[in-house]
Amino acid sequence: MTSTPIRQTVQVTVNGKPYSAEVPTYRTLVDFIRYDLGLTGTKETCSVGVCGACTLMLDGQMISSCITLAVRVDGADIETIEGVANGDELHPIQQAFIDNGGFQCGACTPGQIMASKALLEENPHPTEDEIKAWMMGNLCRCTGYYQIIDSIKAAAEKMA
Amino acid sequence: MNDFAFHAPESLKEAADLLAQYDGDGKLIAGGTSLMLLLKQSLVQPDHLISLHRVPEARGIEVKDGVLHIGGLVTQREVEQSAVVREATPLLANAYSRVATVRIRNAATVGGGLAQADPAMDPPSSLLVLGASVVVTSASAERTISIADWYADYYETTINEDEIVTELLVPVQPTDMGWTYIKYLPRTEDDYATVSVAALGKADGGKISEVRVGLGAVGATALRASDLEAALVGADANHDVLKHASQGVADIVDPTSDPRGSADYKRDMAVVFARRALEQVLGVVA
Repeated sequence: MTSTPIRQTVQVTVNGKPYSAEVPTYRTLVDFIRYDLGLTGTKETCSVGVCGACTLMLDGQMISSCITLAVRVDGADIETIEGVANGDELHPIQQAFIDNGGFQCGACTPGQIMASKALLEENPHPTEDEIKAWMMGNLCRCTGYYQIIDSIKAAAEKMA
Repeated sequence: MNDFAFHAPESLKEAADLLAQYDGDGKLIAGGTSLMLLLKQSLVQPDHLISLHRVPEARGIEVKDGVLHIGGLVTQREVEQSAVVREATPLLANAYSRVATVRIRNAATVGGGLAQADPAMDPPSSLLVLGASVVVTSASAERTISIADWYADYYETTINEDEIVTELLVPVQPTDMGWTYIKYLPRTEDDYATVSVAALGKADGGKISEVRVGLGAVGATALRASDLEAALVGADANHDVLKHASQGVADIVDPTSDPRGSADYKRDMAVVFARRALEQVLGVVA
């Protein structure tokens, strides 16, 4: 086995700011974001693209950052949970999750918020069934989901 | 994951040339939703990973001369949402809309899914009954492979190591046939099916004139129930006939036991859901 990994430089824009880091080619995007760029808001839990905790926006599309390579996103535009609030002012979705008890332990919450934001950008007035269909890729072991659905409905109303 | 060199070619030709150059040591990656899992488990350990994300070709969707053309790098989300696909092959649009979750479909490509060839995926049974074919390109040649000859075994196809899936060809779905895709999953909606059935069918004056039945997740590859289809031509379109004929499905499936059901259960459910799919496409009320 080789002892020195093959490394490549990855330049990205994250939440409007340019970043650059040299990483092994096998670095996943979630590790790159958390450990190379220090943006630890994005969480990794299942590591196989199922749970949705690591959801972020890659060139405007929500994806699983645990099954995406960092070298794949060279030159791309990324939005993470750190880019959602406007300074100290929470995004209406974040506020709605607080007001409606949309989280307890918080491990899934950054992914839930990113997926909710992607939903409301594509479909500003989703029905409950549309919310369920879209959000079924984001698992939560605490809330029982109803509070998350309530949070998204409240956010949609606020943003209308 | 193992250590690999990462390449991002900017054309199909460049990608095909890299595959030829690395001669079996190179592996293609598109959306990565399947391959990343294999890489993470070290089930695949390529020396060279050739990513297709900068390739501008193979991204179109259009109907030409009664055939739907979908580029190999089109995402499964794009297929599901395409007005062209929904119009030309509503069955296929439905099958792709049932794959995993929006987040996965945003990344997963048509060509990647074809090459991965997991028999529990949603599209293969629909591709079989629609009579699709796959266009593959290497540095030196292009060829078209019928979907009936495409799937070889679990996660195996008849593509060669130096070829790239560039296009999926699907004859426009007959508008006079009923269609359905039934995905039976007792666990969660985003899971792989326990059993899935795609079907097309039509009846005239109570007699069946044509049916096509494809089965997913019940063997090493998706299957076409050809004997069942042939036996039903000219038969009465009613519950008893369909129930009797569907029993034969038990003999052609070869499922494995897994957390989605035992082999015996899947065999039984394949019979049940083949019959229900036929009832749906023929408008038979049980």
